[in-house]
Amino acid sequence: MNEETRLLKAQNLTRFYDVSQGLFQPHAVVKALDGVSFSVAAGQTLAVVGESGCGKSTLARQVTMIERPTSGNLQFDGFDLVQATDQQLKDARQRVQMIFQNPFGSLNPRKKVGSIIGEPLVINTELSKAEREDRVRTIMGKVGLRPEHYERYPHMFSGGQRQRIAVARSLMLEPKLVVADEPVSALDVSVQAQVLNLLMDIQQEMNLAYLFISHDLSVVRHIADDVMVMYLGRVAEYGSSELIFQQPRHPYTQALLASTPHLKAQNRQKHITLKGEIPSPLAPPAGCVFHTRCPYANERCAVEIPAHLSLKDGRQIACHGVEEGRL
Amino acid sequence: MMNEQVQTADVDIAPPGPFREFWAYFSENRGALIGFGFILAMLLAALFADLLTPHSPFEQYRDAILTPPAWQEGGRWSFPLGTDEVGRDILTRLLHGGRLSLFIGMMVVSLALLIGTLIGLVAGYAKGLTDTLIMRAMDIIMALPSLLLALAIVTILGPGLINASIAIAITYLPHYVRITRASVIAEGSKDYVTASRVSGAGIWRLMFITILPNCMAPLIVQASLGFSNAILDAAALGFIGLGAQPPSPEWGSMLSNALEFIQRAWWVVTFPGLMILLTVLAFNLMGDGLRDALDPKMKR
Repeated sequence: MNEETRLLKAQNLTRFYDVSQGLFQPHAVVKALDGVSFSVAAGQTLAVVGESGCGKSTLARQVTMIERPTSGNLQFDGFDLVQATDQQLKDARQRVQMIFQNPFGSLNPRKKVGSIIGEPLVINTELSKAEREDRVRTIMGKVGLRPEHYERYPHMFSGGQRQRIAVARSLMLEPKLVVADEPVSALDVSVQAQVLNLLMDIQQEMNLAYLFISHDLSVVRHIADDVMVMYLGRVAEYGSSELIFQQPRHPYTQALLASTPHLKAQNRQKHITLKGEIPSPLAPPAGCVFHTRCPYANERCAVEIPAHLSLKDGRQIACHGVEEGRL
Repeated sequence: MMNEQVQTADVDIAPPGPFREFWAYFSENRGALIGFGFILAMLLAALFADLLTPHSPFEQYRDAILTPPAWQEGGRWSFPLGTDEVGRDILTRLLHGGRLSLFIGMMVVSLALLIGTLIGLVAGYAKGLTDTLIMRAMDIIMALPSLLLALAIVTILGPGLINASIAIAITYLPHYVRITRASVIAEGSKDYVTASRVSGAGIWRLMFITILPNCMAPLIVQASLGFSNAILDAAALGFIGLGAQPPSPEWGSMLSNALEFIQRAWWVVTFPGLMILLTVLAFNLMGDGLRDALDPKMKR
């Protein structure tokens, strides 16, 4: 695919946080994102997967411009988000919107549904009240909310319907990219499917790009075009959804896929059990960050940080084992 | 395309609105209802004090000095609760004093609430050095005994009802600042605030339209409880002679003027004291009920 036409491009994106460890201790640095590169084309879905604490949500905060990256390059729609002035960011924000994980926290409990969905219009446009109401009602119909819901408060809705309200709000400014941070993980399985289908229908209709953050691989398989697997702020493996799910090469990806439960025995993959916990991001291991839990690690993995290799099939991978041909 | 989604919409029973829900919780608490009723009655009595009694609170009936209440020997029905040391009708003065007490409560609470909420909002939203400076200043105010501090401020401003209310309001500031700051910090980290920010909301919109309305419940409760404290403190200042100045019928100064008659004319002291007690009790009861009704943690 032509790299120039990509909607969102990130190169070597890093975000470090200073963490105070007490009055007389030196400040520690958490490398929440460490050299992450990816791109998303218009109308496509990039899924970011990984365990908790791997930097998924930090990535969302950079892309939605809530925070500025520490270093690296982040381009959206031909527009440099790292160098941009505050005013430019304000304009760019209209084209990147976000859907949150918990629909019980993401809607203002004191406001009616109509004004929650209409808020982006109040802030960013000069529309009259009647025009706003008109557009809000149109979007509400699109996401499957009924007209009488306009005057209700969020606490009167179920989780699935609240998430529809959140989806409607994110669509109000007709964005090009929607960052969805675990949008269905707080919902019942039956409702998950409805919301996922809604997201996919809207994607087709509006040619939306999604940055879809999730830890649920079956959901990712359903919706993603590309998949990026992250571990401790670094990209482990990144490639098309088909490649990653059919032939995972990185040991961490293999372990993740093997941990997805399957009903039928023949669908189950070779089980790789990871030892131990994800290391503390305050003190990440030297060398390959995954070597402490990797069943194939050797001495080189413990000292040398693996480079990002581009394989022939188009995927990117950071693994000494793959580079050496061991895996 | 989305027919199957429409079917999942809920059954069309409109849940009760926020106000009706509030009233349902509030009216369950009998004490709160009694308190509310008493306050309402006092409010009406204060408003229509001129119509309720034929006397003026300042008129001195020289022929009726220290008349006992009507049901006692020597009492007269034209002075139901008796008269004070210069022959003024006590009932009339109590009703007019209600005006002053409610005015003080209103003034102190609205001053402290308005300024305290603003400062707390800034502290909670700005964080960092601004927050530290504001909160340490509030700690200093809190470290001083409130009546003593109020006394000092009144001494600087000069005695009088308005100055007394300003002084009391300053001593109450830290409560409102702390409560607001705590809820602003708690609310500010919630997703709906981030959502608003992603939509492009500026700092004014975030502070006043998004966050502040969600912090109001504990503030309303604190305000209703603060009302009674304000009345009490104003009475104390009046008692010392730094609050309302004679001859204005403020309950605290009525008490202090009547102090020397406590042995031979109990009614002069008892009724103003009783009024203070009942009013403070009523506000506390209502505040309790408000907290039960507004605090989500108390809801079932």
